[in-house]
Amino acid sequence: MTHMTTTLALVGYYEAWWVQILKAIVIFAVGLQLVPVVLIAERKIMGRMQGRYGPNRVGPYGALQPLADILKLLTKEQFRPTTSVGFLFAVAPMVSILTAVAAFAIIPFGNVQHIFGERVGLYGIDVSIGPLYLFAFGAIAFYGIMLGGWSSGSKYSFLGAMRGAAQLISYEVSQGLALVGVIMTAQTLSLTGIVNAQKGMWYFIPQLAGFLIFLTASFAETNRAPFDLTEADAELVGGYNTEYGGGRFASYYFAEYLNVLVVSGVVTTVFFGGWLLPFGIHPPGWVDPIVVLFKMSLFTFFFIWVRATLPRLRYDQLMSFGWKVLLPLATLNTLVTAILVVVTH
Amino acid sequence: MSDTPAVSLNVTAWSPGEDVIEVQRPPAAGAARGAWRTFVETARGLKTTFGRIAEGTNTIQYPEEKVPVYPRFRGRHKLHRFEDTGLEKCVGCSLCAAACPADCIRVVAAENTPDNRVSAGERYAAVYEINLSRCIFCGYCEVACPFDAITMGHDYELSDYDRSDLIFTKEMLLAEPLERTPLRNEGE
Repeated sequence: MTHMTTTLALVGYYEAWWVQILKAIVIFAVGLQLVPVVLIAERKIMGRMQGRYGPNRVGPYGALQPLADILKLLTKEQFRPTTSVGFLFAVAPMVSILTAVAAFAIIPFGNVQHIFGERVGLYGIDVSIGPLYLFAFGAIAFYGIMLGGWSSGSKYSFLGAMRGAAQLISYEVSQGLALVGVIMTAQTLSLTGIVNAQKGMWYFIPQLAGFLIFLTASFAETNRAPFDLTEADAELVGGYNTEYGGGRFASYYFAEYLNVLVVSGVVTTVFFGGWLLPFGIHPPGWVDPIVVLFKMSLFTFFFIWVRATLPRLRYDQLMSFGWKVLLPLATLNTLVTAILVVVTH
Repeated sequence: MSDTPAVSLNVTAWSPGEDVIEVQRPPAAGAARGAWRTFVETARGLKTTFGRIAEGTNTIQYPEEKVPVYPRFRGRHKLHRFEDTGLEKCVGCSLCAAACPADCIRVVAAENTPDNRVSAGERYAAVYEINLSRCIFCGYCEVACPFDAITMGHDYELSDYDRSDLIFTKEMLLAEPLERTPLRNEGE
């Protein structure tokens, strides 16, 4: 284990094995608890934006609605179409959810704290290749959608999966390039390092273009409106998850919303100073996770807000936007940042 | 054919008249200005949806709140009695059943006797049934009735678990209705 920590993560100090297990459990539990909150928040906020209440029958103000939804889905019968490929059909949602949870592990919720006489970093793991780890799992997450859609043995699922594949590949490039600017400015790939490098100024100011590109590409990467062509209900029934029901559908749903949280966390970490507060306020360490969660909730709100506002793009518009607008802009941003970094150093 | 003069059609430019409709065409998409316009319009859309939050909701929480019906709303039928004597207004003439396009009213008339006086007329409806699962709420029965014995009420919450429960008998139609539906006042 010590070997692993030195090669995979240059944390600079030794974390006890029980701390690592505890951290994994806490992060998994917190991530799991956040998803239903996002679910109900999305339905309530979108309801208000559309002049209606949203769910308000189950529990006080409809707060238990996600619980009811999840219970309903989990108690349903597992079935699959006769044309489907059974093994892949069962594995694909697991791939989706696994990658989402794994990506959640690198979001730093605070600086290194001293708890019970141990040094504990408030993150799952501070990998020295932060963004690369993120994109690696983003790339594997695409298999969740791709395999799920393809193994369903249905044309709608297949079309959704093909769109998903093209979309994720197109936008991953811009998303990655948008982060390159930040990495060059911070001179580190570690997410905690990037946060610490933002002590003077949060990166969304010098890297405004990168921030906007990353945010836009993130909508496509998480398959959220207006880029939700993979599950375009109006034309593809349900897209890649048309044939899914019950617990497997719940897994896909869970993964989608966890991805929204992950992307919000990454934007918070990379562009909005993570646990740092503006105006030189230095709160005690236990405030850090609250600050991060607050910033994450703002971006999650933005995701919901955009979903309530923008109509879905046409497929060719999606492609031309990704390759002809976002990619050149991201490349230009990288070049300009590189020149500026060289000039100023 | 060649030497026939060309038909002069007096072709002048057709004038569309004074009231020309100005067609506003969107500017062509693309380029930097297009990108900027997309950005601005997206921001405008976001402002619109955010503003909706403050405007509140238009939902009517149905089982608790109800939309008041108009006085002439045609809901479930009612049979009436004379207020002074308490006798039924219906004389069993079956005109309502004859007028009914859905054929959902069944009337069996019987003679009034001095011992058993039910209605004000010569005869009364011994059986008066409306099959509400067939009724189309057209109100023709109300129009056909010469004694205003049957009118359309305001209740519309008529769902039930059994078709046979939707056959309303005379007693049910005569009974004071629950009036579960609020009535809209004049000018509301």
